[in-house]
Amino acid sequence: MKKVEAIIRPSALRAVLDGLKSVGYAGVTVAEVQGHGKQKGITESYRGQSVEGLLPKLILTAVVSDKHLNKVVDIIVKQARTGEIGDGKIFVSAVSNAIRIRTGEKGDKAI
Amino acid sequence: MKFLQDLFGSLKKKPVLLALVGFSFLVAVSAMAQTAAPAAAPAATPAPAAPAAPAISAGDTAWLLASSALVLLMTPGLAFFYAGMVRRKNVMATIMQSFFMICLISVQWVVFGYSWAFGDGNAWMGGMKWFMLDGMPDVSPLAPTVPHYAYMIFQAMFAIITPALICGAYAERVSFKGFVLFSLLWATFVYDPVCHWVWSPNGYFCALGALDFAGGTVVHMTAGYSALALALLLGTRKGYGKENMAPHNLTLVLLGASLLWFGWFGFNAGSACAANALSCNAFVTTNTATAMAAISWCVIELLHRGKATTLGAASGAVAGLVAITPACGFVNLSGSIWIGALVSVFCYLAIQVKLKMGYDDSLDAFGVHGVGGTFGAIATGLWAVKSVNGHDGLFAGNPAQLMIQVKTVLATMIFSFVMTVVLYFLVEKTIGLRVNQKDEELGLDLSQHGEEGYMI
Repeated sequence: MKKVEAIIRPSALRAVLDGLKSVGYAGVTVAEVQGHGKQKGITESYRGQSVEGLLPKLILTAVVSDKHLNKVVDIIVKQARTGEIGDGKIFVSAVSNAIRIRTGEKGDKAI
Repeated sequence: MKFLQDLFGSLKKKPVLLALVGFSFLVAVSAMAQTAAPAAAPAATPAPAAPAAPAISAGDTAWLLASSALVLLMTPGLAFFYAGMVRRKNVMATIMQSFFMICLISVQWVVFGYSWAFGDGNAWMGGMKWFMLDGMPDVSPLAPTVPHYAYMIFQAMFAIITPALICGAYAERVSFKGFVLFSLLWATFVYDPVCHWVWSPNGYFCALGALDFAGGTVVHMTAGYSALALALLLGTRKGYGKENMAPHNLTLVLLGASLLWFGWFGFNAGSACAANALSCNAFVTTNTATAMAAISWCVIELLHRGKATTLGAASGAVAGLVAITPACGFVNLSGSIWIGALVSVFCYLAIQVKLKMGYDDSLDAFGVHGVGGTFGAIATGLWAVKSVNGHDGLFAGNPAQLMIQVKTVLATMIFSFVMTVVLYFLVEKTIGLRVNQKDEELGLDLSQHGEEGYMI
């Protein structure tokens, strides 16, 4: 099992969710985050005081079985890419176990 | 020293900024050059020899000044009503549009707007005779028992909120400088003329006998049909129909709606320009129509969607306020109940049509103000009764009034729409009105103002 964490533009959410559903993966967790990569943030100003602000992004997390990993990563990239700086990144990490709380199922059966 | 160098550097690089600074300088200079402010007519009776001139009434003046403050409060109320409905990344820009409009039109009105709208001129336009309010008669014939300044400042608040209403159509996608230029031009070339036609005694439709107590045509229709034009010309927000564009803070929306309801008593009852039975009639019909419209909207939602929503109740209330605006000083209680009950049907339907047709009147400026104002103006021709303020409508046996209302409605509709198309191209082709895609996605708060509304 692998955890796929995708940091994407907020405007890409709908397309990514639709894409995931189309390859059979409807289960995701989404959080609003802020950050920036090499691209700088935005300068904010409050009564003359400047603040270096971060850019709003979304982090989308899904745990998928190994055999579906490539399919999921590919669809996220396809749906979230605009070609402009700020498209985001995907990180893949190993997951040691997954449990469905309602039934107690473990491993691949739980995702 | 460096600060000054930076300031002049940026002024040279941005001609619009230079123009604004120059304009403010001109206004300041003319203000100082003008002889000491005209001694606002003291609350004293005219010389006994003057023929039948009504005395200045302290009660009327107090009510009109209080009403002016009430109407001013409607604009920040509108700011919250709209701001709660947009996405979080545009909240401050939306509030800024209303707040800054107060500042912009407050100055435009006293420098030349009032003269342009209410000055003598001809049937279609006022003139520049009262530039900087110079040479105004002590009282206006439209409010003979209060000092002219009171009537002028009362009208200023109407001139302020009208262009602010249009913001609902172009929410979340217009640049700040485009907004400023468009609003200034619109106030001067759409609001001031229509105001003159309907409210100035020698205005064409006023002379024709059009009835508009507090601004169904002048305020809501001009704003509403201009809103429609802009929504069509600007196009939809990026992601419209796919992305989640639900209101980010409904509590602000209800706060705003409540401030609007409160302030509207100044808008409607204040338009009697007197503290008398007529203003009381306007007050009561206003409250009743609003309440009925909110109930009506909730009932429609219950039947259509299964649940009555707070947004629906607030929208219904505002629709009721809009519809009763032209009618409040001409219809009686039962008329106001009908008007309130029916307007929600029309506005709700208009919104369903908008959803089917797919144009993006983001906050239903046309659906509520345009449609509601049209209905209210026509309703005035239906339900007016002589006992309230001397005019009968169709249901009281006088079909002629309805025809006058229809003519006024058509003229307002067409003029507002066409002029807005012209102004749109003027602004879009020069300094630009719609923001670019990157700025729209980032959000107007950051891209236009470098601010965030909430730090949490």
